[in-house]
Amino acid sequence: MYNSSDLKKGLKIQIDEEPYVVIDFQFSKPGKGQSLYRCKLRNMITGVIIDRTYRSGDAFEPANLEQRKMQYLYNQDRVFYFMDVETYEQSSLNEDQVGEAKNFLIDNLQVEILLFDNRPIGITLPNFVDLTVTRADPWVKGDSVSGNSKPVTLETGYALRVPPFIEEGTKITIDTRTGEYVTRVK
Amino acid sequence: MSPGSNNGDSFNGQEQRLAAKKSYLWLRARIIQAIRLFFIEKGYLEVETPHLIPAPAPELHIDAISASKAFLHTSPELCMKRLLSAGYPKLFQICRCFRQGERGENHLPEFTILEWYRAGIDYRELMDEVEEMILFVSHRLGFGESIDFQGHAVDLKSPWHSISVREAFQRYASMSMESSMESGRFDEAMVQEIEPNLGVPKPTFLYDYPASLAALARLKQDDPAYAERFELYMAGLEVANAFTELTDVREQRERFESERERRRQQGKTVYPLPEKFLRSLHHMPQSAGIALGVDRLVMLFAGQPCIDQVVSFTPEEL
Repeated sequence: MYNSSDLKKGLKIQIDEEPYVVIDFQFSKPGKGQSLYRCKLRNMITGVIIDRTYRSGDAFEPANLEQRKMQYLYNQDRVFYFMDVETYEQSSLNEDQVGEAKNFLIDNLQVEILLFDNRPIGITLPNFVDLTVTRADPWVKGDSVSGNSKPVTLETGYALRVPPFIEEGTKITIDTRTGEYVTRVK
Repeated sequence: MSPGSNNGDSFNGQEQRLAAKKSYLWLRARIIQAIRLFFIEKGYLEVETPHLIPAPAPELHIDAISASKAFLHTSPELCMKRLLSAGYPKLFQICRCFRQGERGENHLPEFTILEWYRAGIDYRELMDEVEEMILFVSHRLGFGESIDFQGHAVDLKSPWHSISVREAFQRYASMSMESSMESGRFDEAMVQEIEPNLGVPKPTFLYDYPASLAALARLKQDDPAYAERFELYMAGLEVANAFTELTDVREQRERFESERERRRQQGKTVYPLPEKFLRSLHHMPQSAGIALGVDRLVMLFAGQPCIDQVVSFTPEEL
């Protein structure tokens, strides 16, 4: 169990049988009064943000969360399927739960799946993923209008701007935290 | 910035951060020097009392840090009152105080209090002296009669505002003072609904607290449901707490016993009764006293909303 003095940004607790993460936290204590811990919490399943005020002496159940290494298999009808690399059990997430990560999911990519009470609720990608460019316009030398970058599309359908020398079929490294180009894969 | 956000960075980062605080640390030193000058010129005696004490004042919500069978003082109140009782009528002290578990934008577990006592006055007269002191500091520092804090202009021109706790509930809170006391939500209403409205455009004295919320204050003679206690707010920030001091020995002992009982019920450390203080109370003159948060006063003059910026080191940086 946690108590109110453990509260800080990033702490994950369980409220009404759902996992919440503390996203904002303010300690206050009026005059000779009691300590109050004013928190903003995000529901880790629905994304809904709630405000709660706790007092000294309040206790919290830690959220029963677990990260498991899984391999991305495929998606069908907006459901994304993964396989646990140790147990070979399959799990799935819906499109909302996958969120931006779908831009970087390629077959067999190893990811971390977050489980709450053994139920998959979220995904963490490796920081860097290599993806193939499937569409790139040839670069016109002397084109100064578009500056030092040009738009391309990757195998996942994700579009971004890269340096002009990147061509169709090239493999490039993307930083999944920012969605930006890092380097060309040699 | 958020409190404690600066822990764990590189040596270089720490040095840069310390260097970036330079103007605030200069301001802090000048404020403390000006405070000292004010009290010296008014004939107050500056005292130092022990930080390590056997028995802090038992108050439900103030937790002392224990240190080898004794405690670090949470305020210099009891020792200063013993001096008052021994014939020192005008006393001040600027010292570090320690309170367990207090850490936030406006809180440090080790912080600086300015505490002063004066025999022969009550809390109303003390309000005038607070005004006078802060205006003195402001003029001395070249701020004049107005300071800017986070987009609020705070007008220091006398007279300042004052509002009773009961009126403040009527004006700003979603419930009455009485119902907040019954439902145990007094502090919540204070923090969320009342405090943000206090201290703009002028500093505000919030006065006459329910009797149960002032363990060391005298009750109002014409209405003993209230204690002669006030808090000073500037731009929503609580700056000082003051009382007309309780000098009735029996009543003080009863209140301490009841605070200790409440601490016991909540599973908190129960401090020994400060017997020597209680004995000295027989001789304590009618007086008023106040504790002012020096770090917060510096925050106000520095325009900084986080206490981390006005102290050299926070606990996380050690």
